[in-house]
Amino acid sequence: MTTEVGSEPEVKKEPEKSPEEQEAEQQTNPSESAPNGDAEPQPAPDNAENAEAEPAPSDPLSTPSPDGQKKEKGISRFLPPWLKRQKSNSQAEPRDGHAPTDTPTQPPTQEELEDGQEEEGPKGEGTAVQPTGGAQEVQSGEEESPVANAETQPVKQKEGEEWAPESGVPSALKLGKKMKITVCHVTLLDGTQFPCEVEKRAKGQYLFSKVCEHLNLLEKDYFGLSFKDNTDQRCWLDPTKEIKHQIHNSQWQFAFSVKFYPPDPSQLTEDITRYLLCLQLRQDISLGRLPCSFVTHALLGSYTLQAELGDYDPDQHRSDYIAQFHFAPTQTKELEVKLAELHKSHKGMTPAQADIQFLENAKKLSMYGVDLHHAKDSEGVDIMLGVCANGLLIYKDRLRINRFAWPKILKISYKRCNFYIKIRPGETEQFESTVGFKLPNHRAAKRIWKVCVEHHTFFRLTSPEQPVKSKFLTLGSRFRYSGRTQAQTRQASALIHRSPPDFQRTSSKRSARSLDGAPVVSVSDHTHPLVSTHAAGPGENGRDSALELYSDSKSPQVEEGAEPGKGAATAVPAEPASETWKAADDSSELKREPRVQGENIYVRHSKLMLEDLDKTQEEVLRHQASVSELKRSFMEAAPEPRPDQWDKRLTGSPATSLHLQAHGKSPTRLESALSDSRDISKSTEDDQSSGLNGQPEVIEVVEETVVIEEVVRVARPQSSAPETAATEPALEGKDEGSASSDSESEEEAEYHPQLSGSAHLIREDPEEEEQEVGLNQEAPPAALKPCIIREDVTDEAAATAANMAEPADAQQQEGEVLVIPEKAPNGHTHDSEAPPTLFDEEEEPSFVNGDVSHVEGEHAPQVICCSEPPVVKTEMVTISDTFSAQKAEITTKEVPIVHTETKTITYEAAQLDGSGDVEPGVLMTAHTITSESLCTTTTTHITKTLKGGLSETRIEKRIVITGDSDIDHDQALAQAIKEAKEQHPDMSVTRVVVHKETDLAEEDE
Amino acid sequence: MAGFGNFTHAIVRAIPGSFATGALRTENLEEVDPNRALREKKAYVAVLRELGLEVLELPADESMPDCVFVEDCAVVCGDTALLTRPGAPSRRGEVEEMKTALTNLSLNVVEMTDETATLDGGDVLFTGAEFFVGLSKRTNQRGAEILADTFKDYAVSTVPVSHGLHLKSFCSMAGPGLIAIGSSQTAQRALKTMQQLSDHKYDKLTVPDDAAANCVYINMPGKGHILLHVTPEQFPESAKVFEKLKDYTLIPVSNLENVKVDGALSCCLVLANKLARV
Repeated sequence: MTTEVGSEPEVKKEPEKSPEEQEAEQQTNPSESAPNGDAEPQPAPDNAENAEAEPAPSDPLSTPSPDGQKKEKGISRFLPPWLKRQKSNSQAEPRDGHAPTDTPTQPPTQEELEDGQEEEGPKGEGTAVQPTGGAQEVQSGEEESPVANAETQPVKQKEGEEWAPESGVPSALKLGKKMKITVCHVTLLDGTQFPCEVEKRAKGQYLFSKVCEHLNLLEKDYFGLSFKDNTDQRCWLDPTKEIKHQIHNSQWQFAFSVKFYPPDPSQLTEDITRYLLCLQLRQDISLGRLPCSFVTHALLGSYTLQAELGDYDPDQHRSDYIAQFHFAPTQTKELEVKLAELHKSHKGMTPAQADIQFLENAKKLSMYGVDLHHAKDSEGVDIMLGVCANGLLIYKDRLRINRFAWPKILKISYKRCNFYIKIRPGETEQFESTVGFKLPNHRAAKRIWKVCVEHHTFFRLTSPEQPVKSKFLTLGSRFRYSGRTQAQTRQASALIHRSPPDFQRTSSKRSARSLDGAPVVSVSDHTHPLVSTHAAGPGENGRDSALELYSDSKSPQVEEGAEPGKGAATAVPAEPASETWKAADDSSELKREPRVQGENIYVRHSKLMLEDLDKTQEEVLRHQASVSELKRSFMEAAPEPRPDQWDKRLTGSPATSLHLQAHGKSPTRLESALSDSRDISKSTEDDQSSGLNGQPEVIEVVEETVVIEEVVRVARPQSSAPETAATEPALEGKDEGSASSDSESEEEAEYHPQLSGSAHLIREDPEEEEQEVGLNQEAPPAALKPCIIREDVTDEAAATAANMAEPADAQQQEGEVLVIPEKAPNGHTHDSEAPPTLFDEEEEPSFVNGDVSHVEGEHAPQVICCSEPPVVKTEMVTISDTFSAQKAEITTKEVPIVHTETKTITYEAAQLDGSGDVEPGVLMTAHTITSESLCTTTTTHITKTLKGGLSETRIEKRIVITGDSDIDHDQALAQAIKEAKEQHPDMSVTRVVVHKETDLAEEDE
Repeated sequence: MAGFGNFTHAIVRAIPGSFATGALRTENLEEVDPNRALREKKAYVAVLRELGLEVLELPADESMPDCVFVEDCAVVCGDTALLTRPGAPSRRGEVEEMKTALTNLSLNVVEMTDETATLDGGDVLFTGAEFFVGLSKRTNQRGAEILADTFKDYAVSTVPVSHGLHLKSFCSMAGPGLIAIGSSQTAQRALKTMQQLSDHKYDKLTVPDDAAANCVYINMPGKGHILLHVTPEQFPESAKVFEKLKDYTLIPVSNLENVKVDGALSCCLVLANKLARV
């Protein structure tokens, strides 16, 4: 870095720099790398292991610097025109920023190398994969090497080699293998760039820690790293996931910024934290993101002047001294005059005091800490959704038209491009209502969902919920906020005992300038074009190996959901259905192509989603699944590109799974993930309704996809003891594991902000199932013995003999047949391990409600309690437990604004629904049997639940048929039902869901 | 909300001769007694002066019967004054005189030029932390937007006003963080809406009569909380509620005549703080 720093300032503004460097790299590299060319593949395996070792990357880097410098200079002479061009596209921005970097220690070479690789990517397809694809390190490495261009490849090799020899000390092992190190360019709040070498497999946390270390920041929980996705949208880097999986095709360009704006900055412990917050706000204000009046502009600006320049000095501060600062989107002379006037009045104020004053005024601004997202209401009217510390704000133009405080929100979910919040019924309302918003695309929907989840957790909970790792199968996004909550960070910062770090407050000018010329924020934007190119590149070559494909498949997901990391987690396939997976793979291939990606993804998603759903349930049941089986299933999950991760998972998972299962037994809130997502969520209602009718209802739900819902129970701080530890949120991610799950997660996810008294609500899956059971129960809950047979059919090659009458053309049909046996009051009490949680869960609802009311009533009688949300022009869906299924269904139909290409048909058998309430039973046993034939995968879950002394057995059978031709649903269903009846004569079929996924067109994109 | 209710100036306007017969009214058909209206007005201004406010009384304009209700013509907050575009076309001329007065106070005057916007000051409730704008017969979304653009520091939330003339026909600020609210369904619904929309917590002072919920809160240096409210003669039950307020200087003000034409206590007044200018 030293060299760079030195040289760059001059060159800084010149776009060419980067190209030069690249070139240099390339040229130098070939010679060195040539011998090592083959070395790469081997080292790969180790990388996984090394990934975690943070020190490794840094150490090696430091040493090599001298060489790097040499190279650079030498190389810089050669400027290939094409390189220049490239640079102009993507790297120009980052380069510039990165020039001023503060860290002199870092060797330029590495950066160069990395950059070179990445930049070359577009040109040399081989390389491109590396930076982007990210799905699997090892594999990618291998694949790449063969394919890579002569030029690019050497570079890589060089990297690996270089590090090893030069760094030597850190780890011969690691380095020797192939340390893939790349340089992240982090734009700091003062507008400078902080280049940071990271191992390519490093997680977000590593980079974030490095940045905080560089900044000498301890109260870091309010901050985060963001990057721009392919659509130029800001995404937050998930610290728990590998960076490369998140940034996907984007450059390793990040921005350090405030993620959670502390409502009361005076409670921050350190001045440096406040200073950084000030910098963020100054940026927000000058860019117009945080609107404020003339007076406020002047006042805040004057504090900035005081903080950075000190007392007004007539000698030093001439009339135009303010002009070099950038305070407001439109900075008038009048404002500057006012600023100067106010600046004079702050005489004697220390910088820290000025910052405090700045924050005290800024925090009052109505848009302080509000993260805005464009959306439309149900009528297509443009609105803005603002996520803030207190909840969700709805704006139309600049007017606030509604507000949903966190306590009012029961569930946050998204499906495709729709974002939903379920609202707690008001005092006078009987039913929960669901408000839906349409986001520009599903990525946006997921983004706001994530932001909501994070804000809720950070500001409202005392401790973050613990993601359930044991789940193999994940439906939907398992994303949860994993950092510390505000409560926790306050506790932690109270323990900070260090002499206040020195820091320079000189940034405003700089940042102002940079903002003027090239907005810091947008720096990363420029890279996007490149990124897209990268993606395209590989596809063109058509040489994507399977592995690559997988990685790609992930990447699409990432693009959509901006959550690459998730994929890994979710990816565990529970089902051994090889065929299905294959299909998934194919779809993933399609994704490869840049343009088509969206569509393909969707298709895949939907398909996956169905499978996932099944899996979820399976999971629940999966008690008895052997580890080996699990492993096998994992392995089979083709979509999962990263073996290493799997391995990790595998090791950890079995134990976890058991744990989960135990938890899972507690029947809490059941949300069945049976058919479509909506179905799941509303399953209760549906079931009930059907029950009411007493007759089987055939409901046709046209839904976009099967929904994978993630229900998360979060313990509310208030309800829980003050101690953070006490409350633990339960995750309800239904993981339906396959790699595809990732995609699913992108499609939709749910988050239940409810506080649960019980931290134990770990499993939603069981809950859901139970709920369904309850719903399905024809009579007293106790007596029911439901069997659910699910059939998912994916037609790929041949239709399954059994279910498929006709082959579908390239479309996947998934059918779920739920067979619920007549309730046999067998009273089987299998080893009833009645989990203690059960009660908790049941109590939860009431508890929650009580809690809420309490919260609202906080203000005592005099306080105004508004329970009725103003009517917004959003889509209101009223879902009532007692309403007829049809109604529920209807509402369901209305909800999705997106065109559905998936068809779900649900057949409900007559069911007695004694009580609208779902009475969760205790899960006694659950096991899953999977059988596979060529074209059909049948998964059967058998769950025994103890309810009220009676046990019910539920069999859920899922058949997935993949084929090219249309499947006759009726016939398939008939067949499935028939089989089910034959197999379980003493049981009744209560629910049949056929999910058909045909071609997908993506409206989102 | 520290400086909430701190004012230095009060702008009022004389009652024109056309007031009794020409003023717009919604429901009440009771005849206005012009003489009593004048007496009440006089007493009203006297109270303001008594409190130490500098009262600027604009001359009446016979062609504008409603011109006494200056509140509708301007929204003043801090150093900025927004001249409105009253929803009633017949009243739009009233703004001119107000513009002059506000400009003379060296406030930052913003005019509402959008032809599609309407806004009556009576629909604007400033709580000290945020604005609520009633969407009524007189005020539309566009008017509220312009208000939001004018006062960027504050959240501006819209509140549907289904019945009644203005938002402040049934509510007002009775103190920092204290909302006086009527008991009608309309008022209570609006209150719920406001509570829902707000990040801030307000106390409420519920009075039996909607019209009584309109009061004028002023915080004069050295005099503490001052509240102009309805008289026991006019609204006995509601007056009792106000009388329960502690640490307030309570000043019952008779408003028998104006109320006949939907004029509440706050309608005849625009308060400004010349010192608000930073």
